[in-house]
Amino acid sequence: MSVILNVENWSYTKVNQYLREKILEGETEFELHGVNGHRYLFAGIKQKIKAKILGVPGLDLGCFMSGPEIYVYGNVQDACGNTMEEGKIVVYGMAGDVIGYSMRGGKIFIKGDVGYRVGIHMKAYQDKHPVIIIGGKTGDFLGEYMAGGTIIVLGLLSQHPEKPITGKFLGTGMHGGVIYIRGELDPFFLGKNLKISPINEEDLTYLKTILTEYCADMDENLESIINDRFSKITPVSHRPYGNLYAY
Amino acid sequence: MWEFIFKDNKDISGCGVSGIINVKGSLIPGDLIIKSITCQEERGNGLGAGFAGYGIYPDFKEFYALHVMAEDKNSLERFERFLFQQVKAIYHEPIPTRKVKTIKNPPIFKRYFVKLELEEQLPTEEEENKLIEMVMYINANLNGVYILSSGKNMGVFKGVGFPEEIAEFFKIDEYQAYIWTAHNRFPTNTPGWWGGAHPFSLLDWSIVHNGEISSYGTNKRYLELFGYKCTLLTDTEVVTYLLDLLIRRHKQPIKLACTALAPPFWMEIERLEEEEKNLLEALRIVYGGALLNGPFAIIFAYNGGIVGLTDRVKLRPLVVAKFEDFYYLASEEAAIRTICPNPELIWYPKAGEPVIIEMPMGTIPNQKSYA
Amino acid sequence: MKPINFSSFYPDFYVERLENKCIKCKICIKECTYEVHTWDEKKKILKEDHSKCVGCHRCEAMCPTNAIIIKRHPSQFREHHLWNPYFIKNIYKQADKGGVLLSSTGCDLPLKIYFDHLVIDACQVTNPPIDPLREPMELRTYIGSKPEKLEVEKTETGYKLKKALPPLIKLEMPIIFAGMSYGAISLHIHQGLARAAKELGILYNTGEGGLHSSLYEYKDHTIVQCASGRFGVNVDYLNAGVAIEIKIGQGAKPGIGGHLPGEKVNEEISKTRMIPLGTDALSPAPHHDIYSIEDLRGLIYALKEATEYKKPVFVKVAAVNNIAAIASGIVRAGADAVVIDGIRGGTGAAPTMFRQYVGIPIELAISAVDKRLREEGIRHKTTLIASGGIRCSADVVKAIALGADVVAIGTPLLIAVGCTLCQRCYTGKCPWGIATNNPELIKRLPPEVVYEKVYNLMNAWRSEIKEMLGAMGLNSIESLRSNRDKLRAIGLTKEEMEILEVKHAGE
Ligand code: SF4
Ligand code: SF4
Repeated sequence: MSVILNVENWSYTKVNQYLREKILEGETEFELHGVNGHRYLFAGIKQKIKAKILGVPGLDLGCFMSGPEIYVYGNVQDACGNTMEEGKIVVYGMAGDVIGYSMRGGKIFIKGDVGYRVGIHMKAYQDKHPVIIIGGKTGDFLGEYMAGGTIIVLGLLSQHPEKPITGKFLGTGMHGGVIYIRGELDPFFLGKNLKISPINEEDLTYLKTILTEYCADMDENLESIINDRFSKITPVSHRPYGNLYAY
Repeated sequence: MWEFIFKDNKDISGCGVSGIINVKGSLIPGDLIIKSITCQEERGNGLGAGFAGYGIYPDFKEFYALHVMAEDKNSLERFERFLFQQVKAIYHEPIPTRKVKTIKNPPIFKRYFVKLELEEQLPTEEEENKLIEMVMYINANLNGVYILSSGKNMGVFKGVGFPEEIAEFFKIDEYQAYIWTAHNRFPTNTPGWWGGAHPFSLLDWSIVHNGEISSYGTNKRYLELFGYKCTLLTDTEVVTYLLDLLIRRHKQPIKLACTALAPPFWMEIERLEEEEKNLLEALRIVYGGALLNGPFAIIFAYNGGIVGLTDRVKLRPLVVAKFEDFYYLASEEAAIRTICPNPELIWYPKAGEPVIIEMPMGTIPNQKSYA
Repeated sequence: MKPINFSSFYPDFYVERLENKCIKCKICIKECTYEVHTWDEKKKILKEDHSKCVGCHRCEAMCPTNAIIIKRHPSQFREHHLWNPYFIKNIYKQADKGGVLLSSTGCDLPLKIYFDHLVIDACQVTNPPIDPLREPMELRTYIGSKPEKLEVEKTETGYKLKKALPPLIKLEMPIIFAGMSYGAISLHIHQGLARAAKELGILYNTGEGGLHSSLYEYKDHTIVQCASGRFGVNVDYLNAGVAIEIKIGQGAKPGIGGHLPGEKVNEEISKTRMIPLGTDALSPAPHHDIYSIEDLRGLIYALKEATEYKKPVFVKVAAVNNIAAIASGIVRAGADAVVIDGIRGGTGAAPTMFRQYVGIPIELAISAVDKRLREEGIRHKTTLIASGGIRCSADVVKAIALGADVVAIGTPLLIAVGCTLCQRCYTGKCPWGIATNNPELIKRLPPEVVYEKVYNLMNAWRSEIKEMLGAMGLNSIESLRSNRDKLRAIGLTKEEMEILEVKHAGE
């Protein structure tokens, strides 16, 4: 049984407090109605709970969280998944800028387009490996400073059918991790010190597993996606700025 | 000509203080307070003395009594033009004075009994705020005039000279009051300016003070946060504003307000029971800017009570005595004994522990209680 | 053709070996991490390569017979006031390597040091000085946002608080240790600092490099930093201290981020920062969730929500031109403390041009900020922490009189543990075992030594601060705060005195 509550007239602090209390009482499933601009929902929560959000959550959904699975029936605003460590955010809509900033683990699946600087400074560490999958297209600076993890851009469903699948300066400053783009990528869009290569067997196996999960969540057809070409973007070096200094 | 008072030169002075209250509200002749303060002659140097009396204007008890000093006729006229636009003056007259040989060229003194002309009745606090605003404005902006006091049924008389000279000049012996305070000043730096003498007064607060506050700069800046402008550069002014802020505006009971000014040490606070400890810790944290550091003994009065307080390590003296309905406070025991030879009780208050003496409610008109 | 390195022709230092004293023990070879000293097996003599010497004085200090003297190299260029050797040599370096010049520690230019133009007051006659040896002298200070007024209610016996105060941190003296990351300095330093902070009742700061597991026990004395790289940041980390500091910038390099080169990211550092072994740890210049002041509010409240409003949130910024307006915005964004780092604030590595020329001195910044916050009536809402260029206890006293609540120090702590200010921390070869994580080098400075030296230093400063307060007739530090009347200027211009709100000596 999930805990259902309408938070339309609640402050975000009150919502979070209430959630924490209920979680401590042992509740594991939640349904939030009337969400509109509520910031910081599920901030810092560590328990492995499940939640449905109906509406548009505000800034920093799931920031610093380390466990919850959140399904958003609507769009999400900026900085969703900020510095998150574990858990999952599935968005059946679009997302704003700076999604998954510095995330160290967990998954963020977005059905539609995302804004600028998505996946910036993502890292991976030990068994933690963050993943962002974007069903639509992206703005500039995707994966800027990226140090680990995986970003996949599918470009299936977009508000901007005429636009290229990603923006400019893709992966600028990237020194770890992988970005997969469905289809070809014009090197013009790429940041410095990166290379584009076709995917290999290992990549394909990985993509298959992770996209199976994505397609299940999003109700998409895996076959039609996985059979497309993918481009793989990785940094040339883990030390992009090694020669910057004169001692 | 009085511009020097607004220059950035802090007043430094040592002093003697005295205060008397009759808690039944009986009137005390001015002679007594004169006798008490002149007994402490050695504590002044002839550069300032003053008196504050409560209950001196029974006929005008519902009006704010403005004691005004003016440099010359022109300044006074300019002031009156301004004042009469702001308030309704029911009566005004020169403050009666005597010729005193040693006092050369005194300023002009007048008193005005006024009320604010308001469209609607305001709560007392807001009305008082308005009056304070006006007084502060006049003192800061109108050249050549200065308002010495502005409370109801009370007034401040002060000037440059020894206490007996100032008493003689203002005919203090002809007044009667249920509370008196007096001050004998030993300034070391400011030139003799009549407005710079003490008591310092705002509304019906009047304060006399002995000692030099080392935290002046901190206190002054703290007060600026709340819109007070310390133009006189005296410690007394700062103390008055702090009391006004804490007691009248922030509604702290007098005891806590005094504790904020002279708090116990952290090591003492640590030893208290949880509830009191939390309170005093919070009081020090929130009102750290109000802590008066350095030596002081103050006596302050208002319509309804008189309070004595010394600094947290008792670097200035204060003695309190009781005889029947009278309470006496002074820097020296002798100042009390000279007017009350055999008190029932006499004691030296502890450092930082206020002595609060209030009349029972309903004793006098416009009575206030903060205890 | 062999490349010519002009920069190696003109050494900065000259290593003089007194042959009559040298016993050829070869300790200098071992001690010098820059390989200046070498042994010529054929001739059986010690040789030295002056061009490699950074002037750290380690070999000189360790030589058992005092046979080594490190001097400025006597070789001179022809005098030129504009083109002094510093600029000439920098140009050689850049011409040789083609890179950005790097330096460590804080700005070393002879910019006016305002602290040295301020003198402190003392009581004479009109009020008494207090003797701190026999009378209580209170240095306790609380960090955090304080309400404007207290709400109390009557009880049977007296009064009690209506509402508890927001979370505040109690310090037993108004000094905290500035953020220096593990990675930039050795773990031993963190361990020593943490223990000293605990003994002294104050705080140390993790810097942006995460929190090593050996330091969790110092929880009540830890500030955890959250910088743009978010290294080692997760909920447990945020809750692992008593406060969270958002680092926007630092005085040594305002406007640019940090960079710990991959070769320094060893096993322990990788664990602490939660990044893979050997990868560069890049901190972007901005936090990419903050492009504007309302975004700062966003991050402050994200941290508060994540930690359930139990931790005060500090915001650290570099002192720059409009610092007063910036600080006001930070306070309004909800920061419980604002840390302002002046141009002389130290660093493990900064581009030289930034270290030298970007930012303003802390004395001016702190006074301007204090004044601005007062004018706006929001001074009580925050704690002002001044850092960058505080060298002695008198500087602490002056900073507080200029409006700081607390000061943060870094460089004095490193000097206390042996740093000679050679300004080469970025090499990671610090021969004193400070700015390094080389397992051999860090052994030169065990945590116990760090603890002892730092504790001694702070103990000494504490006594001096009490003495100075006593002389001013104050027995509690809160009466010094913003008390410009206790300072007088010597040799400052009218504008400077206006900004500092101090009068000239004699006035
Ligand atoms: S130890 Fe330091 S001072 Fe001695 S030679 Fe090496 S770099 Fe120079
Ligand atoms: S910490 Fe070490 S490398 Fe840095 S300046 Fe001090 S002695 Fe030199």
